[in-house]
Amino acid sequence: MNPPRHLFDKVWDAHAVGTLANGQTQLLIGTHLIHEVTSPQAFGMLDDLRLAVRMPHRTFATVDHIVPTDRRSEPFADPLADAMIKALRANCERHGITYFDLASGLQGIVHMVGPEQGITQPGTTIACGDSHTSTHGAFGAVAFGIGTSQVRDVLASQTIAMTKPKVRRIEVDGALGPGVYAKDVILHIIRTLGVHGGIGYAYEYAGAVFDRMSMEERMTVCNMSIEGGARCGYVNPDDTTFAYLEGRPYAPAGAAWDEAVARWRATASDPGCAYDDIVAIDATDIAPTVTWGINPGQAVFIDERVPHPDEVPASERAAVEEALAHMKLVGGQPIAGTPVEVAFLGSCTNARLSDFREVAAVLRGRRVAPGVRAIAVPGSTLVKEACEREGIDRVLVEAGFEWRAAGCSMCLAMNPDKLQGDELCASSSNRNFKGRQGSAAGRTVLMSPVMVAAAAVTGAVADARAVFGAQGA
Amino acid sequence: MALQPIRHVRGRGVVVPGDDIDTDRIVPARYLRAITFDGLGAVLFQDARFDDHGRPLGHPLDRPERRGATVMLSGGNFGCGSSREHAPQSIVRAGFRAVVAGSFAEIFFANATTLGLVCLALGPEELVALTAAVAADPAGELAIDVGDAAVTFAGRRYPGTIPATARDALLRGRFDPLAELLTNDAAVAATAARLPYLAEAGA
Repeated sequence: MNPPRHLFDKVWDAHAVGTLANGQTQLLIGTHLIHEVTSPQAFGMLDDLRLAVRMPHRTFATVDHIVPTDRRSEPFADPLADAMIKALRANCERHGITYFDLASGLQGIVHMVGPEQGITQPGTTIACGDSHTSTHGAFGAVAFGIGTSQVRDVLASQTIAMTKPKVRRIEVDGALGPGVYAKDVILHIIRTLGVHGGIGYAYEYAGAVFDRMSMEERMTVCNMSIEGGARCGYVNPDDTTFAYLEGRPYAPAGAAWDEAVARWRATASDPGCAYDDIVAIDATDIAPTVTWGINPGQAVFIDERVPHPDEVPASERAAVEEALAHMKLVGGQPIAGTPVEVAFLGSCTNARLSDFREVAAVLRGRRVAPGVRAIAVPGSTLVKEACEREGIDRVLVEAGFEWRAAGCSMCLAMNPDKLQGDELCASSSNRNFKGRQGSAAGRTVLMSPVMVAAAAVTGAVADARAVFGAQGA
Repeated sequence: MALQPIRHVRGRGVVVPGDDIDTDRIVPARYLRAITFDGLGAVLFQDARFDDHGRPLGHPLDRPERRGATVMLSGGNFGCGSSREHAPQSIVRAGFRAVVAGSFAEIFFANATTLGLVCLALGPEELVALTAAVAADPAGELAIDVGDAAVTFAGRRYPGTIPATARDALLRGRFDPLAELLTNDAAVAATAARLPYLAEAGA
């Protein structure tokens, strides 16, 4: 009888090709996702070395970061962006890589496309030149972001050199209160463990709260693992996972489906397995959470005050002062009531169908406050179309949101969607770094989509439970 | 891909203060609109160094006495956030050969090491002391000994850590792993053949 193992060890061991001279593991990457920003240089390196793509059939591409979300016809107005999409298209064609292009009807943020197509599967290893690759861990995959040299390594060898991380199990038990979402859970975890707390760890999210979550909610949680320093975060696969995958284009079918489900079930962590660390969090402690600073760990509950520099340990004072200065907030003031100029619904964290359904449910019959610029950017073309079939787009447009085409958009503002000057943005995205949303002085307050809706209609950071009643829970 | 071993880094230092310096700060996303890494050295910490009109903001990197510095010093969790290799590419292309910090975000660390940018982590006390010493003596030279995972400045040795795997790779000149990865292709094929999702796909 083998000792009980967690999912991470099982997947790692099954994909370990061998040990390299420096002691790192050569890890097989079963699924490689690529996009236009971090792959062109890697293809260039491949050309320089006269190397082919090792497994083109296990490499999947889409275009997301630089895509305009209003007028998508080519050539793009930005010649740099236009060169990037052309380079990706040419590289995929030349190497025989499946590419979900703008015209395919399947384009979207790379971390949306993998799950939608059923490419993202339990028990697999997934790498992508994008830190939010941790999203795919929601399916019980070992998935992590890599740099461009490693994209080259995966293209050329289907493997990377990696040091095995430790595994921390984060148990969230109990029940979430009304109006508390997956986004609040992960923001609370990051606030509790710190933005550096996950360095050297993979996170296993476990407990009743994650068991009950939909796949879309699990993706929101796993997506932000990297904001807590963990390169990889996962949820053990279960019936919810299998129900999501069944019938998707790249999912196994027929007899192969049953075999796959049996295999996937066996991939989940064994009862009684050992972890390097275990953290327990009570779900009832979690309230709607928003950031006040310049990293995702600088967060408070909506009814809390922004920290005062005098109240924090001396070692954190300079960081708090820097964050308050950038955010133009006064230490000790309530975060609720902070005026908002932009509302952004989008990103690989929160731009799925369920996010837009929740927002539409609270926005019906309401209007975005005067002076607030509000944009809604579905994470994928399939999400956009599903929203349009359900009339969600009309609810949002009638409320005063602009309804856009799929892409990363104002999460990182590589396309024309940007903050201006020191605008403050209520954002459903994942990073509130200085300058992240396209203006050096721009300010970002991270929150759940329903909280973005509350900020949009009131013109200020607000408790959605009070604005809309405790619906949507 | 035979690379020169990296055993030592010597040079003047520049302190970029603060914990959690993210890669958006190191290279803002608008400079990622390119299909090469060319020119990234010129935009290192662009928005912290220059205002919207290109006027310098007095960032440490722009002080005359810091010109030609090859060692960057910073706080904990350096390089957090986006996986963009543009960040260490920019640091290297701006002339730096090492970063000494409280700790490193993992993806940044892997990217930097592959480029031969030495990442040395110091404990909090050593980091505070070294940072103060370097800030007070801009002309002084730091000497990093990779094998020893330590930095010496003004006669004082500051012991730190470099993970054994990275240290070994730097000392042997094997920090770019691709050549070694490619030599094991038969084992790659065998591993793939044992995995149903890859075997079925005809790997």
